Amino acid sequence: MAKDKQEAYEDIPGTWVFDAQRARRGYHLNEFLYSLMKDANRKEFLADERAYTLKFKMSEEQRTAVLERAWNRMLELGAVSYALAKLAFTDGKSYQFMAARMTGMSEPEYVEMMLKGGRSPEGWRSKSERRGKS
Amino acid sequence: MARIVAGVGTSHTPAIGAAVDLGKTQEPYWVPLFKGYEPSKRWMAQTRPDVVIMVYNDHVNAFDFKMIPTFGLGCAEEFPIADEGWGPRPVPVVKGYPELAAHLVQSLVLDEFDMTIVNEMPVDHGLTVPLTLMCGSPPAWPCPVIPLAVNVIQYPAPTGHRCFKLGQAIRRAVASWDEDLKVVIFGTGGMSHQIQGPRAGLVNPQFDQAFLDGLAHDPERLVKIQPLEYLRDAGAEAIELVMWLIMRGALGEKVHEVYRFYHVPASSTAVGHIILEAR
Repeated sequence: MAKDKQEAYEDIPGTWVFDAQRARRGYHLNEFLYSLMKDANRKEFLADERAYTLKFKMSEEQRTAVLERAWNRMLELGAVSYALAKLAFTDGKSYQFMAARMTGMSEPEYVEMMLKGGRSPEGWRSKSERRGKS
Repeated sequence: MARIVAGVGTSHTPAIGAAVDLGKTQEPYWVPLFKGYEPSKRWMAQTRPDVVIMVYNDHVNAFDFKMIPTFGLGCAEEFPIADEGWGPRPVPVVKGYPELAAHLVQSLVLDEFDMTIVNEMPVDHGLTVPLTLMCGSPPAWPCPVIPLAVNVIQYPAPTGHRCFKLGQAIRRAVASWDEDLKVVIFGTGGMSHQIQGPRAGLVNPQFDQAFLDGLAHDPERLVKIQPLEYLRDAGAEAIELVMWLIMRGALGEKVHEVYRFYHVPASSTAVGHIILEAR
């Protein structure tokens, strides 16, 4: 990808854009997550998480993030949110629970923010804007 | 001849489907949202389309990452309801319209839009939630549905400009089908939302209202919105709004706005809805 486009993506705070390069790095991680749509796979995973993940060609970094449920780290390493949701469901958690964890809020705090109209884009458009450089 | 008589824009938030399926529509959280769709259900019942073309996206349910079609046209006789990880939604199976779908493929490819032909695919909340919002909970859906699945998950999604032109090509394709059919096209997803990362929960009502205004009066302005602008101003998942531009492109130049509704929140999303009749 062209450097300027990459920098523009990286200038947006609080998100990791799931572009072709990140998707390439995340392929095996996402295939693992997708496999959790099947009940038999969910059971096998929960019985021995590390052993199950070894069936997939993901990096050790990615594996650690899965085992630690480091949601943002998984995003950074190429997981896509809809695939991550399968892992949250495997844990018996909701999508909203996972989203709240990614923001560092408790689930009730996150729900409250949404009921008040959500997160304003002010201050979340660009890192350079945050630094006051326009 | 077949003709596209109207377009429907609507969010397809999965929590809306879950609220219906779990009997929560009377809870205070959900009452305003479902009230907002009451006029739409009446409009849908009065309009009685013969076919719906549903522009939506799959959410890693029918398609994993082995193959990612940018535009996938559903040509099957029927489409089962996807199990997204908590069991399939208890809604009727979706019947297709393979004869017209095959004609669309034929016409669109020759019109230089290279569709991926999809003969087997389960459909997820992206397709079923808009049906629920517009048709309620009938024992069978009121008409056949041709799914048009668009990749908006792996960047880059097709541009708004490309989507608008695809809509125009769909209008031409439908008009060249001999059967006398009333077609309604849906553009789904959006509006502003980001559902992952530290920035999750982002909502931008100004952006959304301007987008709804543009659909009715100035689609040429919307077509120029760049992917990065959707991301910055309306959240990573707001890129789904390009699917509304396929719908708008299929309506021809002049439209009449029948109805509009906007509500925050449904889970992590701003819910937007518009009904436009072709003039």
